[in-house]
Amino acid sequence: MSGNIFYKSVAELEKMLDAGEISSEELTKEYISRTRSVDGKVQAQLSNYEDSALAAARASDARRAHGEKRGALDGIPVGLKDVLAVRGQKLTCASKMLENYVSPYTGTAMSKLEKAGAVFWGRLNLDEFAMGSSCENSAFKKTRNPWDLTRAPGGSSGGSAAAVAAGECACALGSDTGGSIRQPASFCGVVGVKPTYGLVSRFGLAAFASSLDQIGPFARTVEDAAILLGAIAGWDAKDSTSVKVDVPDYRASLSEGSLKGKVVGVPKEYFIEGIDQQVRAAVESGIDLCAKLGAEIRQISLPHTDLALPVYYIIATAEASSNLARYDGMRYTHRSARATDSTDLYFKSRAEGFGEEVKRRIILGSYVLSSGYYDAYYLRAQQVRTLIRADFGKAFEDVDVIVTPTSPTTAFKIGERASDPLSMYLSDIFTINVNLAGLPGLSVPCGFSSEGLPIGLQMIGRPFDEANLLSYAHAFERAAGICDRHPESSLL
Amino acid sequence: MDNGIDIDYVAALARIELSQEEKEKFSAQLGQVLDYFKKLSDVDVEGVEPSAHAHAMYNVWREDVEGDAMSIEDALMNAPKKRDNQIVVPKVVEDA
Repeated sequence: MSGNIFYKSVAELEKMLDAGEISSEELTKEYISRTRSVDGKVQAQLSNYEDSALAAARASDARRAHGEKRGALDGIPVGLKDVLAVRGQKLTCASKMLENYVSPYTGTAMSKLEKAGAVFWGRLNLDEFAMGSSCENSAFKKTRNPWDLTRAPGGSSGGSAAAVAAGECACALGSDTGGSIRQPASFCGVVGVKPTYGLVSRFGLAAFASSLDQIGPFARTVEDAAILLGAIAGWDAKDSTSVKVDVPDYRASLSEGSLKGKVVGVPKEYFIEGIDQQVRAAVESGIDLCAKLGAEIRQISLPHTDLALPVYYIIATAEASSNLARYDGMRYTHRSARATDSTDLYFKSRAEGFGEEVKRRIILGSYVLSSGYYDAYYLRAQQVRTLIRADFGKAFEDVDVIVTPTSPTTAFKIGERASDPLSMYLSDIFTINVNLAGLPGLSVPCGFSSEGLPIGLQMIGRPFDEANLLSYAHAFERAAGICDRHPESSLL
Repeated sequence: MDNGIDIDYVAALARIELSQEEKEKFSAQLGQVLDYFKKLSDVDVEGVEPSAHAHAMYNVWREDVEGDAMSIEDALMNAPKKRDNQIVVPKVVEDA
């Protein structure tokens, strides 16, 4: 793929580690050094743990020396969005509320990665509590898009996308509630996967909207994403919404699947006015490429598409207003020094600890759940959610995969949308439906704009059909042949 | 600006103290967002079951057996104020 070690895929790094061409300790030091040289510009990391990363790397090297390699991720440096719990590491959710919070336990997905031998390198920036589409809502820093430092990396998992794109880690985990993995993956030219709801345990993921949240991978290639997803997927007693399904070997199934003879559905509602013309052209070329690979292209309709945004913002803010009630100033968060009594302590700690967008969403969520409005907003939104799910169910009777743009535009300028919440929300218009329906979706690079900005193509699959979905994306990626492009080194 | 949103009431429900500036700003923005939500009121949802989740969810039971639990030290490691293995909070009981 590339001469630079830090741009190599996990699959390539695994071969090098196996052949003894490099040790995990040397590889980890490469990423540490790369991070030191570029993160001052990219601003992807909120914190890191160099000593424990190097200790994990040396332990991996010892295992390989004894022939006890645990799998493809053994010795590979992986970044984590700062909403994911690892015992002894900070977990800030990019919020002042949790500025000094240290995790007393390790979440299931991270525990699985530890058991797979992965090396944690970098806790990565996000919009506060994953609420946003640009990383500008972080209480601590604004992450920059490595392809153009004046632009946003997308969000909310913007730090994870930017860190992978800039070569600060080999791959990373993020979380996706309405597009928070796929939209930044699209903006930063990497692969991002939102698994089927229930495939990956949410234990140890700070909750935003519990019926929508999923943890998922960011990677340079679809194969790497398949490796990472395979390592974190599976039923967990600690998440009552996780589902008992067989987890196939996603990596092995990549070569078995192809787009030949498959039916690709193209929903007409996703090619609307307002979509950037270059994005439209790149995605339409991507659809042509699917046809060249032997797929049958069929136009379909998902008639309730334009209702997804209001449904999403009602359900997500309602769930958030309930979930974020736990940040009370009493037990483990920021506590106001100005409070006069215990009730006042809630009001002032939350006023001081939460940023503007988080307050706005908690207020909106409290409003739609309040007495007298519940039926008009929350109940009705849940009913329309049923209609949106049914749209997809019907579509998948006739098609194997649905292809759309990931986001209506390429990466926008930092500051451009910050003052208008509604225009920011529109950035997720093609991704939120997938969360509402609980389906797997991914973004794979499909082209570049004339300004050199990456464009992502979204593929949506049937529930728990990640093996096929990844194999379609893998076939597409190889034919598109653009995953070896990287940001200009002069920028970084 | 009167758009029918009692921002003080909602902020009290949410247990968040808002500044005057925040009240005005949020009130106006929420008005816009709620306007945008109105398109849901035109949808025919007669007889449509609400979805709380994307897939069917079932209650999960387990045997009532003792398992590993977080230590007191770990559970209190992030407490803003603690004493004698307990979190110190402002007094919540009135004087007699």
